[in-house]
Amino acid sequence: MSIARQISRRIGRVSHFSHHRNWENYRDLLIVLLQKELKVRYNNKALGYIWSIANPLASALVYFIAFKILMRLNVPDYPLVLISGVFPWQWFSNAVGASTNIFVGNASIIKKVNFPRNIVPLCMVSNHMIHFLASIPVIVLFLFMFGRAPSLAWSYGIPLLLMVHFGMAYGIALGLASINLFFRDLERLTAIVLNFTFYLTPILYPVDLIPDHLRHLIVLNPAAPLIIAWRQLFLYGTFNWPYLFVCAGYAALFLTIGTLIYRKLSWKFAEVI
Amino acid sequence: MREPVISFYNVSKSYPLYGHIRGIKNFLFNFPHSLTNMKREQYEALRDISFEIYEGENFGIIGNNGAGKSTTLGLIAGVLRPTKGRVIVRRRVSPLLALGAGFHAELTGRENVELNGVLMGLTRREIRRKMDEIIEFSELGDFVNRPIRVYSSGMLARLGFSVVAHLDPEILLIDEVLGVGDIRFQKKCLDKMMTFKDSGVTMVLVTHSVASVINICDRAMWIDNHRVRMLGDPTEIVEAYCQAANVPINTNAVNKASL
Repeated sequence: MSIARQISRRIGRVSHFSHHRNWENYRDLLIVLLQKELKVRYNNKALGYIWSIANPLASALVYFIAFKILMRLNVPDYPLVLISGVFPWQWFSNAVGASTNIFVGNASIIKKVNFPRNIVPLCMVSNHMIHFLASIPVIVLFLFMFGRAPSLAWSYGIPLLLMVHFGMAYGIALGLASINLFFRDLERLTAIVLNFTFYLTPILYPVDLIPDHLRHLIVLNPAAPLIIAWRQLFLYGTFNWPYLFVCAGYAALFLTIGTLIYRKLSWKFAEVI
Repeated sequence: MREPVISFYNVSKSYPLYGHIRGIKNFLFNFPHSLTNMKREQYEALRDISFEIYEGENFGIIGNNGAGKSTTLGLIAGVLRPTKGRVIVRRRVSPLLALGAGFHAELTGRENVELNGVLMGLTRREIRRKMDEIIEFSELGDFVNRPIRVYSSGMLARLGFSVVAHLDPEILLIDEVLGVGDIRFQKKCLDKMMTFKDSGVTMVLVTHSVASVINICDRAMWIDNHRVRMLGDPTEIVEAYCQAANVPINTNAVNKASL
């Protein structure tokens, strides 16, 4: 260690020399934590897979019964509209909804071991992403049932949307998870806001049902351009570039805010937990 | 002169009492009040503590409940930051976790070894190299391939100790978690700890068992009322500590028992 570095350290610091987690450890930490989640979930392989898609499928079915059969909403190919919106939304809302509890739920480790805690939300969001990826074949199946097919735009559209979706979800999750340690009722507030977002995002309805004078407001809802872009890709096989950039902007914003909050609070985690 | 691996320089640690900001709702409804409260109401866990621990030492920390022992360990582990002063740690720290912490109930013993290892900062390659040794030491037999929710608490403790003991610890932090295994395994742990000494592993032991302080430790520290009350020979410190607590103890008897 250099003298200069020692001197430059402020009062009230912990200095850990000669222990630097290398890149390999970070990677292995992520792999092992992910494997843990997946193993626990897919202990019984076939059943685990069914469960991970049963939930969004069941929601889609309920919405179909409520809006198409009972309320007679006049939207062509409504099951497809629902499926293509509900699956990506599930990833987003599951990740954000679970985020408030992830640091609190790992209290025993956070209190004792000095490891990069942001890997916990990172792993959680990746985990939900894997479930989403696993559900894409179901979407394809529905497309075929309605006489459509995946298009070439999927090859670049899916990776791009995955990236911005991941960035948004991770940024929000990191911020919420950190704040929730200090304000434990954030969990309830998150649930309420998620509920609002669900109905204000075109998931149950296609975007063209929104009245013209309100439609330009839709970009104010971060989840809306994301879901619209996913649906357009799945349903019509075209890629919505403008919305991708809107989402990328939101992702950058949330990542910045989330990281700032995490940086500011992370060393206090062990105090409050 | 030996170089210290852990140094505390005039370390103080206070916690703000987060108790009264129990939620956004309360916090926002009396915001200015909450802020001033948070600044004023601090709980002081350690006051101006300085000590050094050298390489290969077995260092014991004793003291009453709430005296600041666990805070000291937290500072060494790097999960807490001192309010004042400096903490310098020059080796990798491996905390021995309380029963089942850092383990996942649904995973097998083998998978949990991996999980615990990466949390401690090792890579999977390093862990796999040690895997057989760990399993053998833990004496779990076929149980390593079963989910740990079916383990007894003794088996959990055995697995936990085996993991930290074999993953090349440099500084080992033990917070009152040794008393669970049966006598034979406790003896095995003790023997293992004694081999640490030769390989230069530094061990910091927080405990209420004065016998283990005398038997295991080379030096000890008594934290009383958030300050260092005594620092030095374990036997003397245990005697003074027991005298202060009004618990008579015969240190000769303890020493003999270890032989």
